[in-house]
Amino acid sequence: MKLIVASLFAAVIGTVSYAGDAMKMAVTTSFNNSGLADVLLPEIEKDLDLEVQLLVVGTGQALTLGRAGDVDAILVHSRQAEEKFLADGFGTNRREIMYNDFVFIGPKDDPAAIDGVPTAVSALQNIASSSSRFVSRGDDSGTHKKELSLWGSANLDPETFGDWYRAVGSGMGAALNTASGMNAYIMSDRASWLNFGNKGDLALLYAGDPVLFNQYAFLPVNPELHPHVKTDLTKKLEGWLVSDRAKELIDTYKINGETLFVFNAE
Amino acid sequence: MVDLWDGMSRAFWLVVTLDAELVEIALRSLQVTLIALVVASAIALPMAALLTVRRFKARRTVIAVLNALMGLPPVVVGLVVYVLLSRSGPFGVLGLLFTPTAMVIAQVIIIVPLIASIAHQSLRDLWAEYHDLLISMNVTQFQKISTLLWDARRALLTASLAGFGRAIGEVGAIMIVGGNIDHSTRVLTTAIALETGKGDFALALGLGFVLIALAIVVNLAIHWLGRTEREGRW
Repeated sequence: MKLIVASLFAAVIGTVSYAGDAMKMAVTTSFNNSGLADVLLPEIEKDLDLEVQLLVVGTGQALTLGRAGDVDAILVHSRQAEEKFLADGFGTNRREIMYNDFVFIGPKDDPAAIDGVPTAVSALQNIASSSSRFVSRGDDSGTHKKELSLWGSANLDPETFGDWYRAVGSGMGAALNTASGMNAYIMSDRASWLNFGNKGDLALLYAGDPVLFNQYAFLPVNPELHPHVKTDLTKKLEGWLVSDRAKELIDTYKINGETLFVFNAE
Repeated sequence: MVDLWDGMSRAFWLVVTLDAELVEIALRSLQVTLIALVVASAIALPMAALLTVRRFKARRTVIAVLNALMGLPPVVVGLVVYVLLSRSGPFGVLGLLFTPTAMVIAQVIIIVPLIASIAHQSLRDLWAEYHDLLISMNVTQFQKISTLLWDARRALLTASLAGFGRAIGEVGAIMIVGGNIDHSTRVLTTAIALETGKGDFALALGLGFVLIALAIVVNLAIHWLGRTEREGRW
């Protein structure tokens, strides 16, 4: 009996899994939390016999991982940062895949009255002028960068805000949990919000302004800088991501009957 | 409160139905932590014994530092291991970042001081008793160390189990160096962090209860395996 238990231990220690083709891709939390990854990855594995290992991080960290060569490709949504990444020679090319949109979430009774305002910027101005609690990602992610650029368009500087503005420095899910706990306003991508399980008293209050569109792009890491990068695999993956097969899967992915992503690769 | 009950029933059903994903990440948790435990014990126990029997100038300093390092912040360990193993770091060519091996390395660094400190404490008490006897028998340094290690094995087991406890529940370091990759480096603690992020508290709690149960089962199993001799005082 003791022998059995001991050999069980040995078996546990000995198990190491080896995949056939595997590559690492850094993606944004919003892509993964939306649940789309769970739909696409098994299909990719089936079609290409390729295991895509996801590192779920903010856009800022994803770009850092790409620069250091710790991943083979990145899938992020922050155009300016992506273009800088390319200009600095860290990526080979930038391929737009799909977009979704950002939405404003807040307490159901809407103390800042952002429901029905004409633009995203005026929604933020209402929140600031009423000093309603607002949770910011504060983690240099794509969502955070977008939020900062919107504050900029509203001629407001988050550095000067009082303590109604809470920068939590964590991922989308954790930030939503914080907003739910504090009953605060927050900007989220639509997919993460719909998939979020702890909504509490929060509701979707504002969406639809074109400035809130959120373009995702795929950037393979440059093999000239990092020779170990699996360029053949990233090429295969890129081909799949812009194919009709991916288009169908992305366009038909729904949560509660709502379409989340719109495929727009060329 | 509702979440807690939901969590317990989720844990129950996950275990009863032997959920494939749960089994996978639980086994990986065990695998990473047990390997780390074996490696760390192999380093820490002889080190503790050496510190007990050898007298040298910096001995007290080494012991004090070792004790202080028991509180080593896992996040910092994770960050340092990350920087070392990153492709742009000194050990980048090995390609170890975001693999289970990287997680083992981080855990070994975290638990070696803990195991060594606790082990040293009990070995020192034993050494006070054995000192005259072993000196009069004129045994070698190696024989002293092996006698101490063998005769204190029960206490050393406790030291190792303390290390196991710290390693299996650890999330800060392995999240950074492992990356929480599905089917590759996801373990129970990082999965709990992930589900909390998704707002699925019931599943997160369910995984948490499974983790606690796993720690208890492993502790019981090791105690039971170790009871080879029933006589004696340990």
